[in-house]
Amino acid sequence: MNTRSNRRRIAALGIALAAVVPLAACAGGNAGSGSTEAGGAGGTDPDKFTVMTANENPVLSDELDALAAGACKAENKALPIEHQKVAQADVVQKVTLLASQGALATHTIAGTALIRPDGDLGKAGLVGDLKAALEDAGTWDNVLPAAASTVEQVYGGMFSMPYQYNIEGIFYNKQIFAGNGLEEPQTWDDLVADAAKLQKAGVTPMTEAGANGWPLTRILGMYIYRNVGPDAMVAIQKGDAKLTDPEYLAGAQALADFAEAGYFGEGFSTRDGDTSSNMFLTGEAAMTYDGTWLLSAINDPDRNQIGGENVGFMPFPSVDGGKGSIDQYPANAGAPMIVNAEQFGPKVQDWISCIAENYGQQALQDAGVISGFKVNGDVTDISENTAEIQQRIEGIDETVLWFEALFDPKSNSLASTNVTLLTTGQMSPEDYMKDLQASLDANK
Amino acid sequence: MNSIFGDRKTIFILLAPALLLYTLLKIVPVAWSFGLSFFEGNTLRGFEWVGFQNFATFFTDGAALQSMWVSIFFAIVATVGQVALGYGLALLYVFVLRKGSSFVRTIVFFPAILPTVAVALLFKSFVAVGQNQGPVNDIINFFGGDSVEVLASTAGTMTTAIVMTLWGSMGFYAVLLYAGLLDIPEEVIESARLDGANGLKLVRHIIVPLSLPILLSSIIFSLNSTLKVFDSLLALNGGGPGTSTAPLTLYMYRTAFEYAEYGYGSTIALVLTMLCLVFTLAIFRSSRRKAEV
Repeated sequence: MNTRSNRRRIAALGIALAAVVPLAACAGGNAGSGSTEAGGAGGTDPDKFTVMTANENPVLSDELDALAAGACKAENKALPIEHQKVAQADVVQKVTLLASQGALATHTIAGTALIRPDGDLGKAGLVGDLKAALEDAGTWDNVLPAAASTVEQVYGGMFSMPYQYNIEGIFYNKQIFAGNGLEEPQTWDDLVADAAKLQKAGVTPMTEAGANGWPLTRILGMYIYRNVGPDAMVAIQKGDAKLTDPEYLAGAQALADFAEAGYFGEGFSTRDGDTSSNMFLTGEAAMTYDGTWLLSAINDPDRNQIGGENVGFMPFPSVDGGKGSIDQYPANAGAPMIVNAEQFGPKVQDWISCIAENYGQQALQDAGVISGFKVNGDVTDISENTAEIQQRIEGIDETVLWFEALFDPKSNSLASTNVTLLTTGQMSPEDYMKDLQASLDANK
Repeated sequence: MNSIFGDRKTIFILLAPALLLYTLLKIVPVAWSFGLSFFEGNTLRGFEWVGFQNFATFFTDGAALQSMWVSIFFAIVATVGQVALGYGLALLYVFVLRKGSSFVRTIVFFPAILPTVAVALLFKSFVAVGQNQGPVNDIINFFGGDSVEVLASTAGTMTTAIVMTLWGSMGFYAVLLYAGLLDIPEEVIESARLDGANGLKLVRHIIVPLSLPILLSSIIFSLNSTLKVFDSLLALNGGGPGTSTAPLTLYMYRTAFEYAEYGYGSTIALVLTMLCLVFTLAIFRSSRRKAEV
């Protein structure tokens, strides 16, 4: 009996060892070169120009195909384009796996934290330096300086192609504003007072997609930027300030108060993005804080029932006594799209240069998308709303990031998930900021 | 035939392909995941040996512990509900509806074949509020009450999730237990009736003891499936509000695949496996004790 029991023990130990030993071989390993420096052009050209984009963004692959058939025909002949798709929610998982197998696409979507110099792809030397490559090809001046600045702020270098250039602010219904005798609010207090008037008039003052979390944290973040100044979140990243400091806490309090007053309307915490946009575009809500990607819906007559002429856009208002300015718009350059440094050969460099030269005009003309590239050539028939935003972008001197832009992935997720608790009164502003700060400290 | 199945070599040859496949598809990944729980990292960053650090982290990680309690609470309430309702339905099929029960059985079983994500979206729209208000709030409004934002609260989300689970699975447990009740010899029930046992007395002293094995199997089956609940809670409210209804499986998924921490994700998977084992053993133990009594 003892012998049998001993045999069993040995067998169990054997299985455990068999499980652990192969993994030990992986310990401390690194799939890439281990260099902390992101590589520029200088890799080896692949056989195909493989581009992996998100399922949720068909515009990008369509426009690249249009370039392959038009302005970038020669580059496509030398290195044919081939598409791969991934669900937005699976990006980190898929890119991590492909990169570890040496099977990463040439030009690929990636996670924000992955491509920073201290991120997994950055450390593995798989993120190509686009500025170096485009300067080398003499096409760097096709990237708008504001877009380049935004990309560098978020990712710590010019590591992503700015296929979009979005600013954020408050879209409002001009007709409803005029009907209630309102003008664009210049301060947060004005905005709250206007919201009260609109609510009294039976209109939902502001619609947000609470189910997504981030539209609510954007408002919190913008209050902080206006209150503390444009370096507010950099100070948090560097540890010079804490989210629990009174001037940061005021942002969470302002958002919680706004929600408690019912200004987001009934059911906002489970409202999804499309429903929220539709509430604004059908005149049910007077305002919505959103990015300029909403232009595609505003320009769609099937969705926009209030008419483009009734849609106004204003910056997030200032905060009384705050250090930030109303002219500092939050900006982003779309989902990160990197070039795989290992495959950044001369043909890939030609492709990227051609995109930089032609994407701006192609995307604006074809899909009404404002990108971070210069528009070389004439664009006809763009809507007044798009033209107005484009003009506004040209006049911006300073941009800021969004609330979670510099957070690690865990804290980013926590900010979005807990904001529902904050805005439904199940978590105090103090606890919300305390938990978030604890997460930031734990994941440094 | 006996000589063939008596031959060890034959048994080995017949079993080997299936055993090999099972080992490759089940045992190896489980063992691999077990090994990973002693490491930190991912396939790109590489793995670093951390010993029992991940386990220590788990028991000090507030979010992990909260998810564990969500899983346990959901498993216990859902199991009690679905087995009790299933048993009640099974008794109804056998003693009330008898041969005419097939139509009702089919209707009640039907939700079990629907995808859980579809069921979750259905219930989400039932309790919706605002622009696309669901029937639950329509009824509340009809009786003069204000609309309730059910999914904005932890209690509301959890209640919806449990009702949804019971609706989806009670038909399955009813059929499972119905099959067990059919095995009880008619003569035993008849003689108990002659001895004066009727109604609740009959169920308590004759039906329940004789159907105990299938009842225990149902409880174990139910606990193991509800402890691993994932898709329905994710589709219903994303584990929200906040992370207050996020089960351990969802936390494991986010850790491994969203935060790319494969080692800690594997540790959470191991804790979940241990939980299933503990619950199963506890049920076995209690049944053995009952049998001994």
